[in-house]
Amino acid sequence: MTESSANKLLNGDSCHRTSNGKKSSKNGFVKNHCLFQQPQKYHRHRERDQHVTHNSSLYEKPFAESFEETPLLVAVLTYMGYGILTIFGYLRDFLRHWNIEKCHVAREKEEQKDFVPLYQDFENFYTRNLYMRIRDNWTRPVCGVPGAKMDLAECVSHDYNWTFEQTGRVVKGVINMGSYNYLGFAENTGACADAAVEVTEKYGVGVASSRCEMGNLDIHEELEQLAASFLGVESSLTFGMGFATNSMNIPALTGKGCLVLSDELNHASLVLGARLSGSTIRVFKHNNMQSLEKLLRDAIAHGQPRTHRPWKKILIVVEGIYSMEGSIVRLPEVVALKKRYKAYLYLDEAHSIGALGPNGRGVVDYFGLDPKDVDIMMGTFTKSFGAAGGYIGGKKELIDYLRCHSHSSLYATSISPPVAQQIITSMKIIMGVGGTTLGADRLRQLSENTTYFRRRLREMGFIIYGNDDSPVIPMMLYMPAKIGAFGREMLKRNIGTVVVGFPATPIIESRARFCVSAAHTREMLDTALEATNEVGDLLQLKYSRREQPLPSLGWMAEESLLQD
Amino acid sequence: MNFKNFREYLAWLYYQYLLITGIYVLEPWEKSIFNSILFSVIGMVVYTSYVFVPIHLRLALEFFSGLFGGQPESAMALMS
Repeated sequence: MTESSANKLLNGDSCHRTSNGKKSSKNGFVKNHCLFQQPQKYHRHRERDQHVTHNSSLYEKPFAESFEETPLLVAVLTYMGYGILTIFGYLRDFLRHWNIEKCHVAREKEEQKDFVPLYQDFENFYTRNLYMRIRDNWTRPVCGVPGAKMDLAECVSHDYNWTFEQTGRVVKGVINMGSYNYLGFAENTGACADAAVEVTEKYGVGVASSRCEMGNLDIHEELEQLAASFLGVESSLTFGMGFATNSMNIPALTGKGCLVLSDELNHASLVLGARLSGSTIRVFKHNNMQSLEKLLRDAIAHGQPRTHRPWKKILIVVEGIYSMEGSIVRLPEVVALKKRYKAYLYLDEAHSIGALGPNGRGVVDYFGLDPKDVDIMMGTFTKSFGAAGGYIGGKKELIDYLRCHSHSSLYATSISPPVAQQIITSMKIIMGVGGTTLGADRLRQLSENTTYFRRRLREMGFIIYGNDDSPVIPMMLYMPAKIGAFGREMLKRNIGTVVVGFPATPIIESRARFCVSAAHTREMLDTALEATNEVGDLLQLKYSRREQPLPSLGWMAEESLLQD
Repeated sequence: MNFKNFREYLAWLYYQYLLITGIYVLEPWEKSIFNSILFSVIGMVVYTSYVFVPIHLRLALEFFSGLFGGQPESAMALMS
């Protein structure tokens, strides 16, 4: 086939040629006309840096993401640490089994001992023997607003974290680097809080019905119209809970005979929704467009597994910002693929709505794309809007269909009125309705804080994952003992951080996750950075093996040249 | 980091040992068990090397000097 007929196969305006070009040859026509060619085999083995995109014509600004490789010695020591802790775990299980030691965990009853064991898999073993020992880093009670600074109730444990009791003391003014408070709307003073109080006086707090029966208040209609105009879509639908939005709406959209292509690192709610729907699920490598394209081509060429009938629909499920990696989805490439192969796109903007983009409209705004290209835009109000709940935006027919067929919209309780008012007020502030510049100020403050914090952490020598523009900053810890030590040392210095370990991340890649907020001032960030620097030296966390360019040396070299 | 005295430096080294091996999260009696096992193994290694390494070294040196030193001797014997 010649080049001209190959051109006719592709859609006219939406196809962007790759910088590698396209060769038409007699054999291998199907293989050589991939939109995204495989990168060259040879690349530096030290880092999986992706500074150079293979399709730079699709991106307006450089897409700078990096996931530095684990140093070999650190990986070996981490495995050794886990090995030692596993041996001690077996010892403790043995003591518990023979009743030498008191058992605090759930066990099967005597009558069930001959059945298939319930608590012997690795996750339960890990929970009993590793998670419990450092459990005081999680579930710390927050007394008050989780804003830029928060108050924590002090808890002590006398039996090694099996039970906790509060001492009554409250640790005040802990800098909060863990809450998803990207634009600083988690506050109890200001326009949002006042509006919420007024609405509580008018509507009360409970809705007392499910959405389709008597739970549809006029404030919900207002919220949905506002959300639709914020996102740039025709219509939107809101739900009381973000997790329930994903897990209950994907079953309404796909079913048997459909294909769901989901990213490797998608959130549990997306995975649950895809499994509940009963469709075939195929997983592509994280943010890897060649892997996604290969899956699409195989799906279209081979069809359903045994019958080879074409798939009823193909749904690509991606997230805007992946919160465990801090990476941003390659949306222009995904949209180009979706248009070429006639698939549908479901974009979960839980962390990116309100936090990315010059106008705060999310990852679509960040890349400068058309919102009509994304078929289903989903997001949550929990992170940037300081409220709770989720939404789905799209074409009017889609939303009308979901209103009648989604489990969440039919049976779940709708959003509580003061929460809905909080969302309305914060959304209006971000959009700048009424001439207020507070939204634009906060967006700018967030992006400045993100750039500053990431640059300083990188200069200190820590391994930071993710894209340079994402406000979620994972910092690698690797060793199991350092997870607990980091959380406790930071709390001693009055900084609250979130540390993440095994089930949420791969076993050796445990990390501490910082969430930068627009409410953090430069002084708070500097305090946090100093404390991180101290703790990094104390625990020897500065694993990065990159050379840092020193500007002072360059100046001295120039001067010596001039003198000569 | 600045250490006021040598004892503080040793305490920091012990802390690093606790973190790297993962012992930091264990209860004190488990730490004692691990430390005593490790200490006894290291003690046995040190004692064995003290007793046996000089003997092995001497034997090895004799073996190699026999290989190289023996050749010119036999060549001389042949010539004379």
